[in-house]
Amino acid sequence: MKMAGAQAMMEVLRREGVEVIFGYPGGSLLPIYDVLYDTKDIRHILVRHEQGAAHAADGYARASGKVGVCMATSGPGATNLVTGIATAAMDSVPIIAITGQVPTFAIGKDAFQEADITGITMPITKHNYLLTEAADIPRVFKEAFYIASTGRPGPVLIDFPRDVQQAELEFEYPDRVELPGYRPTLEGHPKMIERAAELIDAAERPLIYGGGGVNAAGAQAELVELAERAGIPATMTLMGKGGFPEDHELCLGMPGMHGTAYANYALHEADVIIAVGTRFDDRVTGKLDMFARSAKFVHIDIDPAEIGKNVLPTLPIVGDVKRVLGELVKKVARAKHSQWHDTVAGWKQQYPMGWKGDGLKPQFIIQEIHRATKGEAVIVTEVGQNQMWAAQWYPCREVRQFISSGGLGTMGYGLPAAIGAKVARPDKAVWDIAGDGSIQMNIQEMATAVQGKIPVKIAVLNNGYLGMVRQWQTLFFKNRLSQVDLAVGTPDFVKLAEAYGAVGLRVMEESEVRGAVEKAMAVDDRPCLIDFAVARDENVMPMVPAGGTVDDMLVD
Amino acid sequence: MKHTISVLVNNRPGVLARTAGLFARRGFNIDSLAVSTTQDPDVSRMTIVVEGPDAVLEQISKQLYKLMDVIKVLDHQDEAVVNRELALIKVDASPAVRGEIMQTVSIFRANIVDVSDRTFTIEVTGSADKVDALTGLLSKYGIREMMRTGRIVLSRGAPTA
Repeated sequence: MKMAGAQAMMEVLRREGVEVIFGYPGGSLLPIYDVLYDTKDIRHILVRHEQGAAHAADGYARASGKVGVCMATSGPGATNLVTGIATAAMDSVPIIAITGQVPTFAIGKDAFQEADITGITMPITKHNYLLTEAADIPRVFKEAFYIASTGRPGPVLIDFPRDVQQAELEFEYPDRVELPGYRPTLEGHPKMIERAAELIDAAERPLIYGGGGVNAAGAQAELVELAERAGIPATMTLMGKGGFPEDHELCLGMPGMHGTAYANYALHEADVIIAVGTRFDDRVTGKLDMFARSAKFVHIDIDPAEIGKNVLPTLPIVGDVKRVLGELVKKVARAKHSQWHDTVAGWKQQYPMGWKGDGLKPQFIIQEIHRATKGEAVIVTEVGQNQMWAAQWYPCREVRQFISSGGLGTMGYGLPAAIGAKVARPDKAVWDIAGDGSIQMNIQEMATAVQGKIPVKIAVLNNGYLGMVRQWQTLFFKNRLSQVDLAVGTPDFVKLAEAYGAVGLRVMEESEVRGAVEKAMAVDDRPCLIDFAVARDENVMPMVPAGGTVDDMLVD
Repeated sequence: MKHTISVLVNNRPGVLARTAGLFARRGFNIDSLAVSTTQDPDVSRMTIVVEGPDAVLEQISKQLYKLMDVIKVLDHQDEAVVNRELALIKVDASPAVRGEIMQTVSIFRANIVDVSDRTFTIEVTGSADKVDALTGLLSKYGIREMMRTGRIVLSRGAPTA
């Protein structure tokens, strides 16, 4: 069948099961937007800044497990996607970014709105393409979806010049991809799995340390089975949150800089650590050569390059986490490790999570949101104190329930990602836990949510500070607060929400929290923002200072 | 220690930038790099000389494999290889030293490929050591300009890829 490039793209998206595109039009995308005008089966959500499109596609992908699609025009549209693409790359999120490009004859001539976006995004994409021939469109798009969603997922960018969008091609959809250099290993090596089981069986103080790979692979059931069978407590990273149900008695919460004290002590004392779909990030390990010094490691990951990158494991297993765990659980012996569990329980008792003092506390607010949503909401966060409190105080039971920019730590991620997550999961309440700093970095996406009738909830923990930086300055720079006071100039968020046509609520005191959260839960046709005037000087605790060890941990 | 690796890649625009960019952003230093097409016009072969401990080399190889256009990575550390480098050396050659230079060139089985009234341009092919040795000897006459191709390597015997 003959068709134009732009139509061919839409046809491929349809065949790949795409339901929604987050995008923003522009000169180099006019042929595509003209085709969109007649497209009824793929929803287009008009963002207000291209960065929002990339984050929304990312939030959609994390919440659904499908590939998220975003689109922006050439030049500034494309460069505005960059932060969102880098965010997705760091957290291994499958998105396809489609960028308009100036016509092929103008490329390299510094044409109006030209930017070398394939060059710019080379280090932050799993792969990228510059389409120069219309005939390549079906193959390139098919490969892009395959690459983004298989192996270790990641972003793929397709730069699509305007003349190629208009050129005619004979549409033939390839039934398979041919990528000789790309064959992800899915099955773990049986011998290695056997030896890992032996190592686990011989352990006295085993510990599971799980990461984002557990969420990506949907391996919760296998992980829980392993833990229960062999009597192994589990600590899950920020990215792995929900990969092990946090109301499970074996769950120790989050490790690392703002992890629970008992998870960090367990890492320090464990003799065998089963690292699952995780990359030994510095926010978890602290000082690397002091990290988990008594432990031998089994490291299971789909990306061979993660094995030995930071920590050299005793037993590396490359493969899909779900499949490897499925095999491993058959090989390990039943065990109890009662003494080890007593030790861990002792730490839990000695160093419980909590907070001190009076006033409207962010921790309390998140607990109330947890209560009102029965622990079933999809929680999206911004970055900073709000993110850490959300991780600490909203226990999750399911995979893909907690969505946060872990690797890149992108402020402004939360609102657009929440929009994407709500589009993916209309059945779920979706809350963006925000700070007054972060929310202002992509506040324009309120308009997107209003126009798209996307009823996300936004909890702004408003302390008038760039809180996490303020915390570091307080603790490590003699309280010399440099450029962190946002109080003057921050808008009245209630009025702002109303100006956008959303619902705005304000909470000044603890007693008002529950009512406001319940009121927000009842709004179902537009976004609802609650401005919480929280205690200004609250710190996130516990805290292991950067590059520190468990011995340096501050508890209050 | 120095490693010589061969990287077979798709012969497409941008692949050199992807590969070189990877070395730069992961903090791996390239000593030399040579690229050309192979017997298969769709495949290019890069010979890259890098310095680093084995663990770093393993990480380089794994990171290279993550590039979609990389088909195969070979570390030639433990195998017999033929390695060659070509250099062009323009050296001051006043009448008084011409004979001496020509003798040196002949000992190295090198060639004089261009002559002017003040210079010789010498072409030499061989291992990096041989090229080093010749440039060392010629340096006393004054090397005006020099260009080396970087090492290229094939393993001996039946092909590995």
